[in-house]
Amino acid sequence: MARKPPTRRQVMAVGAAGGALLAAGALTLERAPDVVPGRILGADAAHGHRLRGGGFPPVTAERTTGVAIIGGGIAGLAAARHLTQRGFTDFTLFELESEAGGNAVSGRNDVSAYPWGAHYVPLATEESTEVRRLFEELGIITGYDAAGLPIYDEFMISAAPQERLFLHGRWQDGLVPLLGGSGAERAEFARFHERMEDFGARRGADGRRAFAIPVDASSADAHFRALDRETMKDWMNREGFTADRLHRHVDYCCRDDYGTSHEATSAWAGIHYFAARSGRAANAGPDAVVTWPEGNGWLVQRLARDCETRIETGMLAFRIEEGPRGVAIDILDTIKGTSFRVRARAAVLAVPRFIASRLLPRLDADGFTYAPWAVANITLGRVPEGRGQALAWDNVVFGSRLLGYVVATHQDLRMIAGRTVLTYYWPLSHLPPAEARQEALSRDIAGWQAIFLEELLRIHPELEGTVERVDVRVFGHAMIRPVPGFIWGEARRRALLSRPPVFAAHSDLGGMSIFEEAYVSGLGAARKALDYLAGMREG
Amino acid sequence: MAPLLLASVFVIATCGLVYELIAGTLASYLLGDSVTQFSTIIGCYLFAMGVGSWASRYVTRNLIAFFVRVEILVGLVGGASAAVLFLMFEHVGSFRVLLYAVVGLVGMLVGVEIPILLRILKDELEFKDLVSRVFTFDYIGALFASILFPLVLVPYLGLVRSSFLFGTLNVLVAGWVLIMVRRHVPALRLHMGAVLASLALLIGGFIGAERITALAETSSYAGTVIFAESSPYQRIVLTRRNEDLRLHLNGNLQFSSLDEYRYHEALVHPLLASLAAPRRVLVIGGGDGLAIREILKYPAVESITLVDLDPAMTRLFSTNPMLVSLNGGAFASPRVTVVNADAFLWLRDRTERQAPRFDAIVIDLPDPSNFSIGKLYSLSFYRLLDSILAEGGGFVVQSTSPLVARKSFWCVNNTIGAAGFVTSPYHAYVPSFGDWGYVLATRGSYRPPVEYPEGLRFLTIAGTAEMFRFPPDMARVETGIQRLDDQVLIHYFDDEWSSYLVY
Ligand SMILES: Cc1cc2nc3c(=O)[nH]c(=O)nc-3n(C[C@H](O)[C@H](O)[C@H](O)COP(=O)(O)OP(=O)(O)OC[C@H]3O[C@@H](n4cnc5c(N)ncnc54)[C@H](O)[C@@H]3O)c2cc1C
Repeated sequence: MARKPPTRRQVMAVGAAGGALLAAGALTLERAPDVVPGRILGADAAHGHRLRGGGFPPVTAERTTGVAIIGGGIAGLAAARHLTQRGFTDFTLFELESEAGGNAVSGRNDVSAYPWGAHYVPLATEESTEVRRLFEELGIITGYDAAGLPIYDEFMISAAPQERLFLHGRWQDGLVPLLGGSGAERAEFARFHERMEDFGARRGADGRRAFAIPVDASSADAHFRALDRETMKDWMNREGFTADRLHRHVDYCCRDDYGTSHEATSAWAGIHYFAARSGRAANAGPDAVVTWPEGNGWLVQRLARDCETRIETGMLAFRIEEGPRGVAIDILDTIKGTSFRVRARAAVLAVPRFIASRLLPRLDADGFTYAPWAVANITLGRVPEGRGQALAWDNVVFGSRLLGYVVATHQDLRMIAGRTVLTYYWPLSHLPPAEARQEALSRDIAGWQAIFLEELLRIHPELEGTVERVDVRVFGHAMIRPVPGFIWGEARRRALLSRPPVFAAHSDLGGMSIFEEAYVSGLGAARKALDYLAGMREG
Repeated sequence: MAPLLLASVFVIATCGLVYELIAGTLASYLLGDSVTQFSTIIGCYLFAMGVGSWASRYVTRNLIAFFVRVEILVGLVGGASAAVLFLMFEHVGSFRVLLYAVVGLVGMLVGVEIPILLRILKDELEFKDLVSRVFTFDYIGALFASILFPLVLVPYLGLVRSSFLFGTLNVLVAGWVLIMVRRHVPALRLHMGAVLASLALLIGGFIGAERITALAETSSYAGTVIFAESSPYQRIVLTRRNEDLRLHLNGNLQFSSLDEYRYHEALVHPLLASLAAPRRVLVIGGGDGLAIREILKYPAVESITLVDLDPAMTRLFSTNPMLVSLNGGAFASPRVTVVNADAFLWLRDRTERQAPRFDAIVIDLPDPSNFSIGKLYSLSFYRLLDSILAEGGGFVVQSTSPLVARKSFWCVNNTIGAAGFVTSPYHAYVPSFGDWGYVLATRGSYRPPVEYPEGLRFLTIAGTAEMFRFPPDMARVETGIQRLDDQVLIHYFDDEWSSYLVY
């Protein structure tokens, strides 16, 4: 194991052992670098800004491919996998970063694999037919029981205990704050959850669920969609949900799923969080989710498996031109520092809309706003403890602006884990997105570490001196913000209409940043591209 | 001044013997083998006294002040000796070195006392009176100590308190002498200060003894801690009271040497004796080697693989003489292979490698008291067992007490059933545990043994049938199934054992 900085206890023990020499030694130990190793990772902000400013090296080479996929997040990978499965191998996927994955990328060190962004997927809902098929193909769903309920691979279901909440100095089971709440508060929580369950069971006149995953499978009934016109907070107040704790809890949920406070999230999206997860399993509770030590990085690897050779990384697409016989895409090879042109018969544009609009000016990104996030992966010499409920997969501090931490080794079957990695999440929703982004980009690694460690060591004094490493990743545009009017508004409706030969794919088109939206969107774009190419051949 | 000093001889003698007895008792608690401990401690102590007596000749000036200082030192070192030895037991590499150093130091200081006293008193008494009186008080003090120690000190005060108490007496003697002869003592203030500071320390120790023993864990166990080690996986503590040797893991009793044969016979034989000729046996947990001791009674068994997480456990039980004699040197058998690995991972790996299967599997894990260990009681775990169990084989799981933790016990049973096995639950009375439960699992129906190996002390064929019957207060209940994503067993276990303080 790497040499660890001494704990305060160790230092004191040495000092107490006495002797001027030892004491002097202890003092130098105390002064020894207090800094924890670590660095800031993430999409090079400079590249992003370049897209706006231009100034790329001139195009000096030209290549051709059948379908060019721009972006190797879940959507791009889903498209690539679909093409491969359909036997269409004349495609190339260009990804900006050094590896595919996008917001579902993961890391690994000598302790464990760990997520950098997306870390779980809920049980597949009835409407999520594509995701369910994927789960079957990947062995996540291993079969069906007599009642037709899917049987999940038990090692991929989040292990017990799933969640715990730090409240009044101790940990309680589950995320709904119970400790020390008044009777009236509890009653309001109960009433709220009843309301959400009711929404979960409701179907519209069109027979669709009021709140579905994927979003576009939801009912079109106007009275449901009307919920998209006000904020979650206003809706709650209007409905008489006023307890401070309930508001904080719902605010946490909105920040957790959308990186956006409940003051800014649309009520339709806010309710969706509680009402849409209708997936069930034969061998797990309704709240179970599928997860792996590396989070959705597991899915990234599986999606990319059969098409790895057609994925090129370090490639920044910066201009797309449409012509009668296809597209011309200009790409900067960020390693070599040179640009080349790719001619393709069709393109799948699997990047967020704000980037798509810069590559292809006829697309606009009006109404698309994004929440920045910061994520820390913290390597520890020992597992956290705490009074009350035992260490869970997801560990949340009530009332904190941080979202808490997920334990990478929780799915590990080993009985006793020695070291571990925690993934600490923080949606930067305390400022408007642009200002939050500014603030985030100006903070150095020590500044980030101080923020995450301040909370971690406050709730876990026992971890003092066991922090081996803290790396931080800043996502400038992590999640689409489902603000009022966005999900069922004009901007998103227009963005969903693709015009050949460019087919857009990204979770933001679904209105919320979740795996299912990204996957379905990528699959849809690949299908449309194939249909288009087939049509061209006939025509 | 003579009467005062003679009275102090009595106190000194009592203290001196008490320290010696404390050291001897502590050593035999901690290291076992009381005959060796006592004789080496007494030898070392007497020898050190001799050294002290011999060295006393080099003290030439101001005998009284020197005597006071020696008293203070004896009080401090002797008084704190038990606490220091207890606290340091698991922290020092070689405990014996520390032990004999402390004993030697106290012995030397005590050895200086009497010669110096004799010399102080030599001008006040005739030689024959002097010797006769000093030694009379000395031996009376010794007698007093030897009676006081087993009858009052050990049972009512404990070793740590007693030693602080007698340290205080030593220092009080020093203070008393100091006050009586203050004119003869240079730097009186300094000496008085030392007396007061020492008194404060020792009285503080006496009051805080509870905390100290708690630190040394003795008070949380019945009996005295004779071995304690924190491995990366668990806290291993051995305690002893007379013939009763007990193992605790993380504070939970694993066995008492007085009745463990009941537990282990009941764990192993109903399964093994029911199989035609079990050749390959797997033991999961059971790092104490006691289950292996029972399995080795079957000549047909060719190999026993023991998978235990903690090398510290298997090492302890293959080297410590007391424990090796308890498990009959199980780990030395050429038929036994020890694998220090995490059972779940080992099992998964083995399933994938399709290694040879086992005819019998004996699962002797700690109770399901936390989520980590709970995984090894889960449906997924039992399903994995299915893939390493040979045709016609079976396994058995120690499953906590069906009386105290009825739901927990039946939860284990029902979970194994849900994994597709035929379960045959049974129970046996183990005094140190209570009424204890086991679940035996087979693929077809289970046929109880018709014959047991020679030399069992508890099990009989006739008694076995009785074990499979459950009275109404332990009868089967419906429970949830222990799954990795929903560890109901942990909640049952927590609830049931926390309401049962009796055990
Ligand atoms: C911190 C965090 C936690 C999350 N947690 C969850 C979760 O637990 N569960 C869940 O379902 N979802 C979660 N999400 C949402 C997650 O974003 C989606 O699940 C999904 O991964 C989005 O995939 P995507 O393909 O739509 O987009 P992206 O991941 O944004 O993929 C776009 C890709 O395009 C590349 N790219 C961009 N511009 C260019 C260019 N010009 N040229 C070439 N390549 C380019 C990017 O590098 C990126 O790889 C989380 C997101 C974040 C940020």
